Amino acid sequence: MRYLPHTDVDVQQMLDTIGVSCVDELFSWVPEECRLKRPLDLPAAKSEAELLAFLGGLAKQNTAISACDSFLGGGAYNHFIPAVIDQLVSRSEFYTAYTPYQPEISQGTLQAIFEFQTLICQLTGMDVANASMYDGASACAEAVLLTVRAGKKRHKVLLSQALPPQYRQTVATYCRYLDVELINIPQLDGVTDQTELKTLLDDQVAAVVVGYPNYFGQIEDLANIGELTHAVGARLVAAVTEPLALALFKSPGDLGADVVVGEGQSFGIPLSYGGPGIGFFAVRKKDMRVLPGRLVGETVDQDGKRGFVLTLATREQHIRREKATSNICSNQGMCILMVSIYLALHGKQGLRKLAEVNYAKAAYARDKIRQLDGFSVAFAGASFNEFVVTCPEPVVTLKQRLEQQGILAGVDLAQDYADLENGLLICVTEQNSREQIDRLVIALAGGEV
Amino acid sequence: MDFPEELKYTEEHEWIMIEGDIATIGITDFAQEQLGDIVFVELPEVGDILEAGKNLGVVESVKAVSDVYAPLSGEVVEINEELPDEPETLNNSPYESGWMIKIKVADSAALDNLLDVAAYQEFVETD
Amino acid sequence: MITTEGRGLILDEKLLFEQSQVGRVGYSIAALDVPDVTPDRSLVREEIADFPELSEVDVVRHYTRLSTWNYGVDTGFYPLGSCTMKYNPKVNEVAARLSGFADIHPLAPESFNQGALELMYNLQRDLGEISGFPAITLQPAAGAHGEFAGMLMIRTWHESKGQKRNKVIIPDTAHGTNPASAALCGYEVITVASDGILSKEAVAAVMDDDVAALMVTNPNTLGLFEADIREICDLVHERGGLVYSDGANLNALMGISRPGDIGIDVMHFNLHKTFSTPHGGGGPGSGPVGVVEKLQPFLPVPFVVKGDDGYKLEYDCPESIGRLKSFYGHFAILVRAYSYILSMGGEGLNRATELAVLNANYIRARLEGAYDLPNQQRSLHDVVFSEDGLPNDCHTLDVAKRLIDYGYHPPTIYFPLVVHGALMIEPTETESKQTIDEFCDAMLAIAEEAKNSPELLKQAPVRAKVKRLDEATAARKPKLRWNG
Repeated sequence: MRYLPHTDVDVQQMLDTIGVSCVDELFSWVPEECRLKRPLDLPAAKSEAELLAFLGGLAKQNTAISACDSFLGGGAYNHFIPAVIDQLVSRSEFYTAYTPYQPEISQGTLQAIFEFQTLICQLTGMDVANASMYDGASACAEAVLLTVRAGKKRHKVLLSQALPPQYRQTVATYCRYLDVELINIPQLDGVTDQTELKTLLDDQVAAVVVGYPNYFGQIEDLANIGELTHAVGARLVAAVTEPLALALFKSPGDLGADVVVGEGQSFGIPLSYGGPGIGFFAVRKKDMRVLPGRLVGETVDQDGKRGFVLTLATREQHIRREKATSNICSNQGMCILMVSIYLALHGKQGLRKLAEVNYAKAAYARDKIRQLDGFSVAFAGASFNEFVVTCPEPVVTLKQRLEQQGILAGVDLAQDYADLENGLLICVTEQNSREQIDRLVIALAGGEV
Repeated sequence: MDFPEELKYTEEHEWIMIEGDIATIGITDFAQEQLGDIVFVELPEVGDILEAGKNLGVVESVKAVSDVYAPLSGEVVEINEELPDEPETLNNSPYESGWMIKIKVADSAALDNLLDVAAYQEFVETD
Repeated sequence: MITTEGRGLILDEKLLFEQSQVGRVGYSIAALDVPDVTPDRSLVREEIADFPELSEVDVVRHYTRLSTWNYGVDTGFYPLGSCTMKYNPKVNEVAARLSGFADIHPLAPESFNQGALELMYNLQRDLGEISGFPAITLQPAAGAHGEFAGMLMIRTWHESKGQKRNKVIIPDTAHGTNPASAALCGYEVITVASDGILSKEAVAAVMDDDVAALMVTNPNTLGLFEADIREICDLVHERGGLVYSDGANLNALMGISRPGDIGIDVMHFNLHKTFSTPHGGGGPGSGPVGVVEKLQPFLPVPFVVKGDDGYKLEYDCPESIGRLKSFYGHFAILVRAYSYILSMGGEGLNRATELAVLNANYIRARLEGAYDLPNQQRSLHDVVFSEDGLPNDCHTLDVAKRLIDYGYHPPTIYFPLVVHGALMIEPTETESKQTIDEFCDAMLAIAEEAKNSPELLKQAPVRAKVKRLDEATAARKPKLRWNG
């Protein structure tokens, strides 16, 4: 086997040194009644060529997004990924290393994480960001736990109905057996209903959680929601599924958010059927010591030279065990690199420009669809690169019709928002050309493309 | 290791200095040495009512966390405000600049439960 | 002024922000082909202050230089105990990047992604065969996430039977994630001391009707197979509890023993350990969970099932613990793990386990005597030495740092906590006898240095990018971002 270097001579010499006669003797401590008495029933080993042929066959049964006109978003976004990213993250000094426990030989990973933490702070307008979480949904759940921990005896958390359904479901799973009461804030015209919010807020509320942009692509009035939230001493959590929006719209930090979490997949991470992505997590300085996850800090070595280390580790499970701020151990190292490289390449100008392109393309599509008979744009307020349209027929049949023409029209909202009749969530990015958008519009209107 | 004669001690490695009904509390030289470089200190607030044996604060080194327990019941009347900003003081001067809090002792009879220097020294050596 | 300091083989490299030049760009965006419209000005932010401005070549050099300061499995031997740092096959990377895997959207219709669903279905089946569990979820994002999923299923199972149990028993050799995951499910943790291995009596002494589960790691973090595991499982089951197994050390068991056959009710896998997916400088990991039949209704949603008209994602599970994250798991990691299983075959996986255990025992035989070995039982995939007996005030940390000068990644140190100054060495099967001999020679040389020139250990490392770093100051005055 090509990954197993031992020759028969090696094995014999090693057994002699150990002082046993055969490999099986090394397992003598495993009781007979615990032994598997047959070979594993798995397919025989494949050569590399056979393997690639087989996996290539499976891959071919999937339809790559690049092979169709896709307007799917809903938490996973189709953005262009510059070639530099895969070239750099393929350097195996990065991807075959582990968590930087030994800082002297992990400065590459550590500096990259320190830079990532800084980039996330700049983008979100916050003070401190950690070295990432599994994804946006689990980061949102951890944010809820943070607010309850930091909010002392407060036990209610208000979740906007316009928060992505997968985020709300994940929060519910995390809180299942904890003393946290999750309360829904209804949406009104595609954003969190502030009148309802006011009636729900009291001194037992630890946090208000809203999307920015929210699941419908709408820009929430974070500043007002923040004022209401802070008036009762609760924390405002902004959850961001499409962080490219933060290059164009005011940062949640500027608008008063206390915690900003989100999904970074948009920044250079392949869709890969929904994972891995990367959760980002940023807070104000006051909550630095209740953060979950790894943190990298700057320090100096014995010669006074700058270096980076994992720090404030006493928050974490390997030291505090059941009293840790989270059970998380890993971070999304590889994805940290992808995101950082993406942000470094685009930089101050490029990220803004890209966000403007996304905004303009979505606006173009929205206006074209608005003009179609029977279609309307569901919500009035500002949105970024996603928007909801109300269709004249059930989305399920409309989508099927378009799928046959190679168009993935968007996400059907029927399952999660029954009250939004025939609601279709459409996402337009820089990957959608004007021709693609025009084809979508024709197809929606019932034409063939 | 230094254990001043005039202080009282506990098996949780705290020292107590009694002046009238006020007790000043800190951690011993032994405790700071066991922890190593102390990087973070969390203290109660003035006015908090402490119950003997219950948590009064936390002391952290780079890779360890240690709860500090109240040796006596009473009300916190003063805390060492500088300690959170200069946690290394606990390493450098555990009995003087590194004092943690002062409490107004609720029940002076409880003082009898504390160890004198000889008893504490023996406890440290056999532990 | 330019000097030679910091140049040469190890290049210095500033932070991204320190290299930024106003007006420099590293991107290309196609000309806008629709009307240029912008949002209402009241909603628009100022430019992102201090965000970097760099050219493509700046970025490429930056990350290339950073990479040279790292040590990975491809650099050399990486015997980090409990982390199973085996070789990460290159073909797995190629497979995960096939456009039919990398460029597929999770919300596209299932008919568009049958190949992805088939792959997941097959992986569920193969992990089931390896572990002996009839049902597998691929959703958890990492080992700790899998622990959380498993413990939630245990709690939900108990509650479905009308039982409110509040405690979980965990041996003192466990990873910190175990008690942290149990606490996240609202459980109180009862720690039980183990003398190398967990005894039936020790479990019996704390087992009562308020205990929901026992969490064990098998083989445990000392590398020892829990020899009484069957009887311990029986004992817990008799009192109505369940047994969770942390699968971190499954690399010692493939084709040898299946947790699902010996009384374990739930176990998580670490695909980034046992199944060769890269550790990625910290992640992403992947932590599928296997369960016995009675826990199947509680699996997180969705999972993949095979129907008459192809594969589909199943959501209709009223007793499910719910969703743990967005979408379906770390699919790109699943592809790599499946690619590995196919490359190895059943026989190859079994051989990997045998050679991992051979390697660990060989290291043990070569170093015993020079380093203190606190546990005499036959260990499997790793070996744990203590710092007892190191002369001249040398400690485990010093040995670890000196290993860096010899060109090795140090073992896991100071864990498990039950061993004084633990040095936990896990070689894995992908290391040759020659590599291991050289490592052992270095360890023996360090033991000699500790006797004769301890300052070499105390000063180490001297041949890395930086010397020992001031972690106390980093924690006292945290500087967690660049600020100009």
